[in-house]
Amino acid sequence: MSLRSLSLGLVVATLLGGAALPAAAQDSIYVPLFTYRTGPFAGSGTYIADGMHDYLEMLNQRDGGIGGVKLVIEECETGYDTKKGVECYEAVKGKNPVIVNPWSTGITLPLIPRAAVDKIPILSMAYGLSASARGDIFPWVFNPPSTYWDGMSMIIKFIGEKEGGLDKLKGKKVGFLHLDASFGKEPIPLLEELAKELGFEAKLYPVAAQDMQNQSSQWLSVRRDRPDYMIMWGWGSMNGGAIKEAVRSGYPMDKFLSVWWPSEDDARSGGAGAKGFKMLNWHGVGATYPALQDIMKNVVDKGLSKTSKDKVGELLYNRGVYNSLLIAEAIANAQKLTGKKVVSGEDVRRGMETINLDAARLKALGLEGFTDSIALSCTDHNGHRPAFMQEWDGSKWTKISDPIEPMGDRVRAQLEAAAKDYAEKNAGWPKRTETCDKAS
Amino acid sequence: MDVLYKVLIEPFVFMGEAPDLLLQTLWEGLVSGVLYALIALGFVLIFKASGVFNFAQGIMVVFAALTLVGLYEKGVPALLALVLAGAVMLLLAFAVERIILRPLVNQPDIILFMATFGLTYLLIGLGELIFGGSPKEMITGALYLPQGTTELTLLGGPVRFQHLDIAAAIIASIIIAILAVFFSKTRIGRALRAVADSHKAALSVGISLNQIWVIVWFAAGIVALVAGIMWGARSGVSFSLQIIALKALPVLILGGFTSIPGAIIGGLIVGIGEKIGEFYWGPLLGGGIDTWLAYVIALLFLLYRPQGLFGERIIERI
Repeated sequence: MSLRSLSLGLVVATLLGGAALPAAAQDSIYVPLFTYRTGPFAGSGTYIADGMHDYLEMLNQRDGGIGGVKLVIEECETGYDTKKGVECYEAVKGKNPVIVNPWSTGITLPLIPRAAVDKIPILSMAYGLSASARGDIFPWVFNPPSTYWDGMSMIIKFIGEKEGGLDKLKGKKVGFLHLDASFGKEPIPLLEELAKELGFEAKLYPVAAQDMQNQSSQWLSVRRDRPDYMIMWGWGSMNGGAIKEAVRSGYPMDKFLSVWWPSEDDARSGGAGAKGFKMLNWHGVGATYPALQDIMKNVVDKGLSKTSKDKVGELLYNRGVYNSLLIAEAIANAQKLTGKKVVSGEDVRRGMETINLDAARLKALGLEGFTDSIALSCTDHNGHRPAFMQEWDGSKWTKISDPIEPMGDRVRAQLEAAAKDYAEKNAGWPKRTETCDKAS
Repeated sequence: MDVLYKVLIEPFVFMGEAPDLLLQTLWEGLVSGVLYALIALGFVLIFKASGVFNFAQGIMVVFAALTLVGLYEKGVPALLALVLAGAVMLLLAFAVERIILRPLVNQPDIILFMATFGLTYLLIGLGELIFGGSPKEMITGALYLPQGTTELTLLGGPVRFQHLDIAAAIIASIIIAILAVFFSKTRIGRALRAVADSHKAALSVGISLNQIWVIVWFAAGIVALVAGIMWGARSGVSFSLQIIALKALPVLILGGFTSIPGAIIGGLIVGIGEKIGEFYWGPLLGGGIDTWLAYVIALLFLLYRPQGLFGERIIERI
């Protein structure tokens, strides 16, 4: 072997070793973030990635991490592609991650069976498999603060109230424009169940990923069917595309509602015609909260963020902040429960189950009034928290409703049946053996 | 019987009952078709010159539109940004010729095809690096493209015409006409056809292969820029636009890979076919059939006319 080859080998080995070092270090907590800043879904994914990263980095900068332990934050680009997402999981699982955030229902689904085996909890915040809210069957999966089924029931409830009662929905037509993927199809069973029960007709308009920006066929069909309301379950460039097409086709915007994923950019793309578009949300918008100000001071102003200042506080940025708030709280809980500083995935799973973000705790975290309180438990990994409806006024979101409680009775029955069905279909699905902590 | 009625009778009854909706569907199909044709044209130009299916045509649409919007966001006036975006496509044409095509001359077509795969991912990375991954709004107003809607009562009902769609159809038609004339009536056009027939024969009569390639890639770049502006104005500029370019594949199968009129007719058949199919027959299959309908139409054509409607029949001595 020549001296040159040997030197090169040493340099490569040093670099590789160095790269792996932070994650493997014993004085830090490794938090991988599955993100997508590229591809057709980057329009949504970038802001979420920034919000998630910046909150955790703020804790590093301001507090020296959590409980005095630095967080090692590492992003893995999935492009919202299930295959790449699973590759990311395989790449990070050897580095002792305390939690993973797939940020895609498609990626979440194949990871669910692995979580218990690898002892890595999954946080699929307000997405993923709705049935995974059942902590007794899915002890390693968390999807707070609401499931997609909760979201669908809230929208139907809102529409019902507008009509003068749920019974008034009888004979109405409700269109459902959705991404033709696991995520978009997730609430269909509940929608169809509610349609049968309440007597309205559900019309489905699937949008293939390749047609997210080419939706004229779907909106021609909307014109043909004349639904009384349109509900959207979109992501990435599908949301902006749909709002534009709705405006183009003259669909009344005050009857166009969405689950919690469109952004300001999506609404803006519809121009003045988008005024009146509605969506669910469960947290504040804006950067006036003290925690957000700390992000600005400790992260953005120091050039440690990839976001531009004007995007801090926008809807999906704050969604990312909420996601990291849950991660941080779970880590802090895990430290309290175990007395350890450097916690593991198993500890953080327990930390997630003991999350209790009440008004006082939110205030202490600099997020007073940012969101409703939430408490998780061994059996409830979701919280089934209410969300409110907000409306696009042409330049910003305006809250237009009180918190809307999900239709708990209907959703619970569906969840139980779906969770049982999942366990039966996956032969050998393990019974929960993890013990519950007192705080649960 | 019920199924047969729903498939064979009901859609036509509905067409008769609501002719205004049929007209609206035809119009939407026509606009989509013209835009598909525009994208397909980019493929045809390069295929004619080099026999290569340019997989990068879709990302060229995105890259050109992003360059235009990106320059505008940096403070460059819109019309100057348009010219500069065209200049960037010219630079790209030179770079492709010098770095990719010239070293690969006389290599099998599959090698050149794979090279366009590489170019695709290079442009995706470069685009994301320079402009970021977030969608951008096309600068419709600054480019003096018309906005708004005209609603006319036609055939007993309201039919909506977006001014932008009308402009898109007109501009795309003009571009197609100019290119058709340029490549059929000019010296360069004849040289292009010679290159398409045989690289070696074209070289032997003094045609500069390199020059032709630059011209053709530049023309494909300009077509991509126009397609990017039009699609971007309809639905925003994002990387998912490149997937729409895949719709050009059935258009090319229908129209033939080497025919400019074929790209136009193929585009219209696909555009109108998918809209009519989705609107009248889609509900029978749960909707969303326009995603694959174009490919089914193209496959049916392949069975009976493998060279496409206007493609050249290839007869080879065995």
